[in-house]
Amino acid sequence: MDITNISAYEMHEKFLNEEVTAVELVNAHLENMEKLKELNAFITINKEEALERAKILDEKLASGAEMGVLAGIPISLKDNISTKGIRTTCGSKMLENYIPPFNATVVELIEAEDGIILGKTNLDEFAIGSSTESSYFGATKNPVDNNLIAGGSSGGSTVAVKSRQMPLSLGTDTGGSVRQPASYCNVVGIKPTYGAISRFGVVSMANTMDQVGVVGRNVRDTSLLLKTLMKKDTRDGTSYKKSEEVLKNLDVNKNYDFKGIKVGVLKTIGDYKLDEIVARDFEKAVEMVKSLGGQVEEISMDSLKYAPACYHVLSTAEVSSNLARFDGLRYGYRSEKYETTEELFRNSRQEALGKEVKRRILFGTYVLLNENKKEYYEKALKVRRLIADEYSEMLSKYDVLMTPTTPTIPFELGTNSDNTEIQYNSDIFTVGVNLAGICAISVPFDKEEAAPVGIQFIANKFEEDKLIKAGLAFEGGNVDEL
Amino acid sequence: MSFKTIIGLEIHTELMTETKMFCGCTNEFGGDANTHCCPVCLGLPGALPRINETAIEYAVKSGLALNCKINTSSQTDRKHYFYVDLTKGYQTSQAERPICEEGFIELEEVGKKVRIERIHVEEDTGKLNHTETGETLVDYNRAGVPLIEIVTRPDMSTGEEARLFLDKLRARLKYLEVSDVRMEQGSLRCDVNINIVDEERGLKSNISEIKNLNSFRAVEKAIEFEENRHKELLEAGKNTIKETRRWDESVGETILMREKGDSQYRFITEGDIGVLNVDEKWIEDIKNHMPELPAEKKSRFIKDFSLPEYDAEVLTQNKELANFYEKTVELIDDYSMVSNWIMGDVLRRIKDEELEIEETPLTPNLLAELLNLIKANTISNNVGKKVLRTLFETGKSPKQIVEEEGLSQISNEDELIEMIEKIISENEQSIEDYRAGKDRALGFLVGQVMKISRGKANPQLVSEKMKEKLDSLK
Ligand SMILES: [Zn+2]
Repeated sequence: MDITNISAYEMHEKFLNEEVTAVELVNAHLENMEKLKELNAFITINKEEALERAKILDEKLASGAEMGVLAGIPISLKDNISTKGIRTTCGSKMLENYIPPFNATVVELIEAEDGIILGKTNLDEFAIGSSTESSYFGATKNPVDNNLIAGGSSGGSTVAVKSRQMPLSLGTDTGGSVRQPASYCNVVGIKPTYGAISRFGVVSMANTMDQVGVVGRNVRDTSLLLKTLMKKDTRDGTSYKKSEEVLKNLDVNKNYDFKGIKVGVLKTIGDYKLDEIVARDFEKAVEMVKSLGGQVEEISMDSLKYAPACYHVLSTAEVSSNLARFDGLRYGYRSEKYETTEELFRNSRQEALGKEVKRRILFGTYVLLNENKKEYYEKALKVRRLIADEYSEMLSKYDVLMTPTTPTIPFELGTNSDNTEIQYNSDIFTVGVNLAGICAISVPFDKEEAAPVGIQFIANKFEEDKLIKAGLAFEGGNVDEL
Repeated sequence: MSFKTIIGLEIHTELMTETKMFCGCTNEFGGDANTHCCPVCLGLPGALPRINETAIEYAVKSGLALNCKINTSSQTDRKHYFYVDLTKGYQTSQAERPICEEGFIELEEVGKKVRIERIHVEEDTGKLNHTETGETLVDYNRAGVPLIEIVTRPDMSTGEEARLFLDKLRARLKYLEVSDVRMEQGSLRCDVNINIVDEERGLKSNISEIKNLNSFRAVEKAIEFEENRHKELLEAGKNTIKETRRWDESVGETILMREKGDSQYRFITEGDIGVLNVDEKWIEDIKNHMPELPAEKKSRFIKDFSLPEYDAEVLTQNKELANFYEKTVELIDDYSMVSNWIMGDVLRRIKDEELEIEETPLTPNLLAELLNLIKANTISNNVGKKVLRTLFETGKSPKQIVEEEGLSQISNEDELIEMIEKIISENEQSIEDYRAGKDRALGFLVGQVMKISRGKANPQLVSEKMKEKLDSLK
């Protein structure tokens, strides 16, 4: 039996029952990682330490000690999550050799539950992008079809999970960066409520929207890791205690359906230039939800059409701020060509930051200039409020909202990496969720389908339980019957 | 031409919290370079700030002491610029919604009220050290130390007024124990904004900002220098440029640093901290636990200790001195004697040595002991001054000094009469003078006795006995 072919839950159970050792689990995944190198899902593989840790876990189990809920499960992290002693590159030349002296809180939570950090996954540089093509370490390929983009920016994480190089992985989602690649790779991806998971140690892109997300091959696995991470962290002033209660009493082993669940679906979905296959699958998905007892109603959200522009202004403004610290002085890349401090800053940034990152920094700087701030940044802040209010209003009437995760299926590699308009538009259904600080999950419409389509469910703040139930119910439905 | 000078001040004060503004590093002056640092204050990728509540409490206290309105909801913002002393590419500060607004300090001496526009909290930056070999090293121990910035309205018109304002401000902050307000250590820094106007002729110079002021005296001198510079330019039909200037103490002049363009700080909300909510009840609580401030203490001193206004003002200028006075009068029942001694010899000594009262060996107990020796006629007032000097130098107690140096006053009449007779026998002329009604002669003779007793003779007794003796010789 191929031990990488089962769920994370099963890996954990087999480990506890001593049917498989942690070392065997790590080695099996290392083997896949070696075989699938060409997908370029990983920037760094944490082989030695992971094997060391697996050995310790095997001994711990043998000693009869109580084991954590993630015991034995190999987990990878998007490479913008700080790992003490393991380089954390953010997919950038700037941090090619940067080794953090501290762990992100999520790393500590995983290790406290006996999970095994096995690798750092590829991403768009500084999580900026939606194809994982802008990484300094090269593009990641989609395992569904190697000619397609993986999506992004957490493309390495979704590819690793899809191709069984890892059962679970963490990504980050600022405007759809977990859900969109999850959709493109036919895996499950969840972006929890802003403040649900600590951001301490997670390198900021747009810090008022960034949130760690979980990628798994099924909803149950995803919820296992999610629950472990939903904790208030005193080191992150934006994390909430409330987070700890949300999944506490959720039973993921029950069979769920949509009976009594009110589902809002956009009336004007046809206006969003959906790929034919996306439109068709979404229609079927809605039918399935109805057949599972869901009360589906059409809704309209007037503010949504402004979401991409609003997101673009605010996220780039924050990017220009958050990336200002990379000046080559204290850590990271330093240019050899400088006479003055200003040249040191200028040349280091010039030489080490990629094109898309620079584009966003410039745009963000522009919208914050005295002469532009009111027209762009402040206006976008107002629009953000409108969007949040409209979501809030909808989610007071409906348990969940349902959309395709993305309007299109993945492009071919290299075709649109410079077409900013198309890249930005692929986020149309996802960015509003980040602007509003609410939560959403992307579940594959059909895991076996050659053209991957993800279905997104959106819920109000700290209602991840609704997402997990909807996801489990949707996953349990039989698409072949439609 | 009649010019009016317009002066506003911007004062940065480091808060004496135990830890830094956004991390757990110790907030301490000095220490080996880059030893009080962590991922947060070094701005490492992914590190997040968490607010130090004590810093907010200190800012609120300062606001209350300066008669400000406290905003229950204020906002932290990022101020962006690239510089080596910044670890994040921005300084966390407050732009549009500061924590305190609309305060004032009353300058009774000149009958003026200086308004305070705002007080906001922000973090300090690292410090540059220039080595002898021409390298510049950065020490981030200071990065993230909490600061308040106090911005006044342009309500001052002379260097003296600025100086008065700063004295009062410093006294209050020191009373609150929120800052040690030492300019030489940089825990208080003051920038001056100055320009002049001639309203009649509609003339106006452009505002200069003066930095690098290392003492209140420098503030005063720099203002005087700038005032003249602006006047001369306007009188010559020219004008100043909008600029930032640096005070050069060695030449006593300000020097152009840079022209002031429109600054592009690209302020945005610090989302990692968000809104700073200050609870009304908490403010009330702080209010109720505010220490007595200089003005209140001064009126109490006038009332309780029957001190003249000037004395009360001097004694309450500084909290330690006021405490010293209060503790001393608990031990010796003579308010004006204690006040005269402190305001005279004690303060002179402290000033000469540039010390604070708590840095000297003198304690309320020792001062009371000394004054009691004088009151009991064990030593004279003059010997008392000598004892105090020795005390400052050696730290010994007055009793010990008097004993070791044999300074106790001679009040033994036989001994005194022996000396009086000796002096009378040696000064025939003075006796003649005394008889001729020259009062000065008595003083001279008493002085001679004091001299041969090496100051130990009880002067009153000598004078009394000398008079008796001389009169008996008539
Ligand atoms: Zn620190």
